[in-house]
Amino acid sequence: MSIDMAQFHQVFFEESFEGLDAMETGLLNLDEGDIDAINTIFRAAHSIKGGSGTFGFTSVSDFTHVMETLLDEMRDGSRPVTQSAVDVLLGSVDCLREMLTAIRDQQNLDTESVAAHQQALQREFESGGSVSPRSDDTGVEGNAVAEQASEVEGWRIAFSPHTDLLRTGNDPVRMFRELAELGDIEATVDFQGVPDIHDLDPEECHLSWQLSVNGDIPRAEIDEIFAWVEDECDLAIQASLGGVTEHNEAPQATQNETGDRFSAPRQVQAPVKTGTNDSTKPADSSPAKPKDAKKEASKSTQKGSSSIRVDTAKIDTLINMVGELVITQSMLSLIGEHFEVNKLDQLKNGLSQLERHTRELQESVMNIRMLPISFVFSRFPRLVHDLSAKLGKKIELKLVGEQTEVDKTVVELLSDPLVHLVRNSLDHGIEMPEERRAAGKPEIGTVVLEAYHRGGNIVIEVVDDGRGLDKDKLRAKAIEKGLIEEDAILNDKQTYELIFMPGFSTAAQLTDVSGRGVGMDVVRKNIQALGGNIELVSELGKGSTISIHLPLTLAILDGQSVAVGEERFIVPLGSIVESMNIGEDRVNSVAGKGETFRLRNEYLPIVRMHEIFNVESARATQLSEGLLVVVEGQGVKCGLFVDDLLGQQQVVIKSLEANYRRIEGVSGATILGDGSVALILDIPGLVRLSNQ
Amino acid sequence: MQQTEVVGDGKPSADAMQILSFTLGQEEYGVDILRVQEIRSWEPVSRIPNVPGYEKGVVNLRGAIVPIIDLRERFGLGHLDYSPLTVVVVLQAYISGRTRAMGVVVDAVSDVVDIDKSVIQTTPNFGVKVSTEFINGLAAVNDKMVMLLDVDKLLNLESLDGDDEHKE
Repeated sequence: MSIDMAQFHQVFFEESFEGLDAMETGLLNLDEGDIDAINTIFRAAHSIKGGSGTFGFTSVSDFTHVMETLLDEMRDGSRPVTQSAVDVLLGSVDCLREMLTAIRDQQNLDTESVAAHQQALQREFESGGSVSPRSDDTGVEGNAVAEQASEVEGWRIAFSPHTDLLRTGNDPVRMFRELAELGDIEATVDFQGVPDIHDLDPEECHLSWQLSVNGDIPRAEIDEIFAWVEDECDLAIQASLGGVTEHNEAPQATQNETGDRFSAPRQVQAPVKTGTNDSTKPADSSPAKPKDAKKEASKSTQKGSSSIRVDTAKIDTLINMVGELVITQSMLSLIGEHFEVNKLDQLKNGLSQLERHTRELQESVMNIRMLPISFVFSRFPRLVHDLSAKLGKKIELKLVGEQTEVDKTVVELLSDPLVHLVRNSLDHGIEMPEERRAAGKPEIGTVVLEAYHRGGNIVIEVVDDGRGLDKDKLRAKAIEKGLIEEDAILNDKQTYELIFMPGFSTAAQLTDVSGRGVGMDVVRKNIQALGGNIELVSELGKGSTISIHLPLTLAILDGQSVAVGEERFIVPLGSIVESMNIGEDRVNSVAGKGETFRLRNEYLPIVRMHEIFNVESARATQLSEGLLVVVEGQGVKCGLFVDDLLGQQQVVIKSLEANYRRIEGVSGATILGDGSVALILDIPGLVRLSNQ
Repeated sequence: MQQTEVVGDGKPSADAMQILSFTLGQEEYGVDILRVQEIRSWEPVSRIPNVPGYEKGVVNLRGAIVPIIDLRERFGLGHLDYSPLTVVVVLQAYISGRTRAMGVVVDAVSDVVDIDKSVIQTTPNFGVKVSTEFINGLAAVNDKMVMLLDVDKLLNLESLDGDDEHKE
């Protein structure tokens, strides 16, 4: 019976991508001699290599092998941690990510880029630290290694696994197959330990082997094969050196010997012809433009995955809650079975308990979908690192409040707008070092990404201490583009708002960093589509702050229910400006545009709910009989004319389109306490409707 | 809120199907039993503004918002007052790649019958007088003619703007 490996692929890919993220983070923070960080990076690389080997993704495991060797040398201090090495490794992390993504989505590998990265790694490997055993360089260290290596004729290995080796998912046969690839192999097996058939547990391993492998094989490659099982077996590896047998200890988890290290796998040995790379130049680790687009595309498909990792603590609380709920329910049904008036107090207690449990349960269920915002933030250190190098600026990125939790859907939709904003800050906000010096600022510019909760919202700020926005320039630009009249009077806030208008871009020319034809208007539209808003505050010469306010979850909103006749509608509380009562005399008719009324110094359209929704039972048909609720949504302001305001409540948003269809003027529906359905109003849609 | 479970005893085979038959006025209609999710009694709906009269409104069906359609009005057979005995059949339609649940109001549910697919006749063309676009075919059940409805066509209320924004 063979095991279908494919079922583990999902897990392997998830873990590998996590590993890659960890490597990236580690590499960005790598300081000379930071053993912990190097260990983390090494472990991640090692796991990816092992996993990909197991699943037969040889291209990945070969690639990682070179990385791992580099890292191993950094780990034991025989290779300095240089910026160039870190850059090459970062490039390799990207390359691995592409490889794994391609394998996962069963697309074709970009062999050219893989080869280029592999070459870059190889060059990096040969340039520093230790010496490739096959090179003719006879440095002192290299010499010793080469000598030792050349005398090795083979290895004799005594391998006796502990009985639970198989349970850890290791398989001797697989290991021997790998050994056999290194050289001629002879094996004798010892059946001594095998118990009687009646006592035999097929999951236990009772065999032990004497193996001999012949050939000029570095010790590291032998260790490599047994590295996974070193804690689950007794192992002795002896080198047969020209007749002399040298006994070696079992490999320790931390090797300090700078013995025979590395020989590149054969695939790397042959210099790869790519035709795109001038081998005198270090390989360019930034992929070409069209590939960038492809990468973006694969990133977005990756976002579509619908599984979510949940902290087990969250699940535990949920289970506890459900338990409590069941107890409360049984208590209530007991009371209900033989109800007498004197049990009224008990009933009330039970009901209030039920209410509390339900609320708690709702909170914890919502909590399951919550992810820390670090899921979005974590990609920025890399982005800033790469971009600042590209732009020749010195920039430090600070992340604040990474643990703030937001709904998964919000997290996924946030990342594109945020990338855009950060790129903008780097490109247009932060000045070149000399310019900063001249302005008496520190050379290193700072960009702060901060997230925090305020009320029922999450606020995300992108703050830079760059050159800020020039109000006069903005204004001139807007007039030039015909967005405002020449004599328009704008206050500061309105001036900064201009930047979000369609067709507005302050960059004199489009750079390939931020001006990719997508303006701030698109960012704003995306944020508003999430039910949030975006603001910009700036001070010339001091910097700018862009803040995004978003609802914590897209599934719940605070609503104000309004009555129109017999019907109930929900108005999003956040969009209500004020409610008032006005007489018909304050209404001006506008030809073909319906009615408006004057509020302070604005003329707002009136939307008579009972008319546009044809509610026959409406109580108030004259303005003086009902209420005017002034609402603002997505930049549209209007007065909704309704009978009355009812209560405020949190409502769970349900889709109308799931089983039905879009209804103009309605953004969704919710279920009220009595089980009936109420519609949630969509302000811009209502205004459109009333103009028809 | 009564619910009746419909249990067929038929072993589905390639050329047999089971239909749920119901009446509208004097006429007998039928739908494929596999498309029937449940049968409920009428309960008040929440009205939806600016839609055709036969789209009665929506109800909360275990947390999902489900539209209710009056088949009598849809077929132009006049309106009958709703009583607690009025039946709503919840059907599943496959529209633009998604399964949707919708309720249809009928006068009464009659029976579950096995029919042989070979006895289904194609719908005769009545000209423009009678719209037969929702009718898949005709079958005789106990000497009565049953019109088999195409659930997907019947329940496709989408206006042709194809505006299919996805909101969770």
